[in-house]
Amino acid sequence: MIAIVDYGAGNLNSVKKAFDYLGAEIMVTNEPGTLAAANKIVFPGVGHFSSLRALDTGLRKALLHAVSMGKPLLGICLGMQWLFEGSEECAEIAGAGIFPGKCRQFPSSVKSPHVGWNSLTVKEGSRLLRGIAQDSFVYYTHSFHAPLTVATTAATEYGLQFAGAVERGNIFGVQFHPEKSGDVGLAILKNFCEV
Amino acid sequence: MLTKRIIACLDMDGGRVVKGVRFKNLRDAGDPAECATAHARSGADEIVLLDITATSGNRNTLLEAVRGTARSLFVPFTVGGGIRQLEDAAAVFDAGADKIAINSAAVHDPALIGKIAARFGSQAVVVAIDARKTDRSAQGSFEVYVSGGRVPTGRDAIEWAQEAAACGAGEILLTSMDRDGTQSGFDCELVRAVAEAVSIPVIASGGAGSARDFIEVFRDGRADAALAASIFHFGLENIAELKRELRDASIPVRWPC
Repeated sequence: MIAIVDYGAGNLNSVKKAFDYLGAEIMVTNEPGTLAAANKIVFPGVGHFSSLRALDTGLRKALLHAVSMGKPLLGICLGMQWLFEGSEECAEIAGAGIFPGKCRQFPSSVKSPHVGWNSLTVKEGSRLLRGIAQDSFVYYTHSFHAPLTVATTAATEYGLQFAGAVERGNIFGVQFHPEKSGDVGLAILKNFCEV
Repeated sequence: MLTKRIIACLDMDGGRVVKGVRFKNLRDAGDPAECATAHARSGADEIVLLDITATSGNRNTLLEAVRGTARSLFVPFTVGGGIRQLEDAAAVFDAGADKIAINSAAVHDPALIGKIAARFGSQAVVVAIDARKTDRSAQGSFEVYVSGGRVPTGRDAIEWAQEAAACGAGEILLTSMDRDGTQSGFDCELVRAVAEAVSIPVIASGGAGSARDFIEVFRDGRADAALAASIFHFGLENIAELKRELRDASIPVRWPC
């Protein structure tokens, strides 16, 4: 069973619907206990970094415990940003610190937010992006971006190069919305189901 | 590279996609779910479903159509028409929309933008603006109209777009009433004025008739996205063919899809 973490921010329907379409067994939950029982966890997110305060109910601990047990975790959008140390968007809230660096604003040379379909420069060897062609397009909508690190598996250019996807062991993150990225996005979610 | 989006708009009346000229002489153009999937398959980057009747008695029909359409659609999906309060928006999101479009209700109560954005995120709130040039002279400004373009508000379109963005709108869907339904090209002057005044994306609407019109609105109008309804129905313009022409003109588009 794949658990989708519902911490009360935004709309999780699209993510759930995409997994339903793929035939995955899915449960949307705000219960730390359900996360412990799940085989895999999807941590979607949308909106402001401060909304992650809602993880204080025990969800943060449950997420970090799942990660330490090697349970596959996929962070989407704000969910991926949480995997880093923090964000300029809200300095008081710490990220999980699984990946180094902080999420920052885009340079003033480009409009913000970054909204629309942009291409991925895919690095070889990613399990999440297996079979995804170079320069595939995915749908983004965000104002803050994560830095490139050794864990970056796909980079996107918008005013600068930023992390479109990250991966280390069973921890995965995508800044774009695979559930809104057509066949490319569905293929990525299918890869996660098969990890 | 960030691409320019081509958005297919489905006007819906009583659960069916319809096409007419300026909401008159409506012709049946099919089932919303089928139309949306077909457009997405032919390369639409996004789908907008607009309930043009939007009477309160029709809400269940709309929600049913949203549910049916969302089930097998995996590109961004915006729903507009008759959303007057937070609860209306919540019901539409719950049915499977990714974004909602609000028009008259936002003009009457700009705080509604922030209320929906606080709960669902700014990326989910599209403020639709219908505007018309006040006079034909070069000095003419653009006035905002509400209630399906029937009621002038005396408000300046550029100022309203800036206010909407400040209130938390994620995108502006800007329709030129002068061009809507004419297929004589987008109003690049209007689109450019708004696109340069706000930092959020501007979707140009009204007047699409040919690939040349899209090239102009992206190049001269500085639009981030362009929306059309009529030319994508009945095979007047195939989205894949349109994208090929845009690519040949060095406009960045998502291709292949």
